[in-house]
Amino acid sequence: MKNAVMTSLTAACALFATVILLVIISYIAVRGVSSLSIEFLVETPKPVGEGGGIGNAILGSALMTLLAAVIGLPVGIAAGVYLAEYGRNWFGNTVRFVADTLIGIPSIIIGIFVYTVVVLPMGRQSGLAGGIALAIIMLPIIARTTEEMIRLVPNSMREGALALGAPQWRVSWNIVLPAAASGIATGAMLAIARVTGETAPLLFTALNSRFYNYYYDQPMSSLTVQIFNYATGPFEVEHAMAWAATLLLVGLILLINIIVRYLTRKKH
Amino acid sequence: MGNKISISHLNFFYGKSQALHDITLEIPERQVIAFIGPSGCGKSTFLRTLNRMNDTIPIARVEGDVTIDGNNIYAPGTDVVALRRKVGMVFQKSNPFPKSIFENVAYGIKINGIHSSKTDLQERVEKALRNAALWEEVKDRLNTSAFGLSGGQQQRLCIARALAVEPEVILMDEPASALDPIATQKIEELVVELSRDYTIVIVTHNMQQAARVSDRTAFFMLGKLIEFNPTEKMFQNPDEKLTEDYITGRFG
Repeated sequence: MKNAVMTSLTAACALFATVILLVIISYIAVRGVSSLSIEFLVETPKPVGEGGGIGNAILGSALMTLLAAVIGLPVGIAAGVYLAEYGRNWFGNTVRFVADTLIGIPSIIIGIFVYTVVVLPMGRQSGLAGGIALAIIMLPIIARTTEEMIRLVPNSMREGALALGAPQWRVSWNIVLPAAASGIATGAMLAIARVTGETAPLLFTALNSRFYNYYYDQPMSSLTVQIFNYATGPFEVEHAMAWAATLLLVGLILLINIIVRYLTRKKH
Repeated sequence: MGNKISISHLNFFYGKSQALHDITLEIPERQVIAFIGPSGCGKSTFLRTLNRMNDTIPIARVEGDVTIDGNNIYAPGTDVVALRRKVGMVFQKSNPFPKSIFENVAYGIKINGIHSSKTDLQERVEKALRNAALWEEVKDRLNTSAFGLSGGQQQRLCIARALAVEPEVILMDEPASALDPIATQKIEELVVELSRDYTIVIVTHNMQQAARVSDRTAFFMLGKLIEFNPTEKMFQNPDEKLTEDYITGRFG
């Protein structure tokens, strides 16, 4: 009897968590779908009443997330490998503590930090500064998830490779890392999805731009900052565009999840 | 027949607790040596001192000498990687890599750079799989995952993987303890077969297994070597009372 109660209670909570997501997505879909169009996806913002779109924001988000991933993935994964395979010492413990603290720091503070060390010396906001801010947010998440995933790889697998005469570093790189690959990919995907949705660190660093900008040394638009601008504008048309851009962003994040799930489905 | 491995006055410590006490033992070439004894008697620990697998445990400490072909493997400057290539190991639980069957066997060949060409690599993989009596069962699915094999096949794959790097000694840590009787029988036949070309040291819980496959048996208890004799003598007329008590099942 008690068992049945607990089972249904936990099941209800699990259902609740899922339903919340469904409600959010469908609400956004209802509000945003009417403003979605090809023009909206490719055009740049225009004065209120003349239409306009978020093409430059999509490009900016993509470029800055790409930069963040290019910096954050290799460094984060390598750091995670170190922590899991070699980090059982004071240095590893320190890095772990710092990474956990960094994960907990509000992202706006990271924005302010990058503003001080990148934006001020450069003399202007830029896609570079935005990408760096996002990379700093990604790094500890990827390092810690990589570490967790690598710890799940059974020790017998390491011993099997060591017993064949493989040096420790080769065991880490071509046995342990591939064995943990799908878990690490999931962590990386979550980190990428997380930074794609970041607004605060980009406000100070990448600022915004009304134009298509392919250059990392110039201010760059992003979906999230654009949503913020539209949503805080005074006009109903702007709000509608904010909903549409939100729908796109949520759809993108969902898509990233689905693609990576598909790519990392069990092969071996 | 010469001695392949000589162990003299070996002590082993996990931190402050001593797991092996003053072990002296000669392992002859191309024979099967079985280590038996109750759980926690140190037989696995001892096995792992022979290819320095205990190096991975930070608090482990070894005293005494282990010489293989006249070289002390605990001498400073010993190339552990070369040692492990020469002294292969098969574990209690089969531990294939998350790779294809072919890549599992090819891994050791590749990291040690043994092969001269792609064809040579393929031939070496085939030879190792044949020697492990697995080739006929897997030749049509070399590129499928090793995890698709049965438990017994996985263990033979691990043996093939160990054979592929051309070791001279093979250490087996209860290689059949997780397998059903038929798969166990296959592994035992293989052990006997392999002892023509390799020196094999096998740890086993199963006394009948030791009696079936080994030429000599060493009996351990509480970290001490109690008796080391030809297997036949060991099981029919042991020198020590303790050995007799253990073999006849009076404790264990």
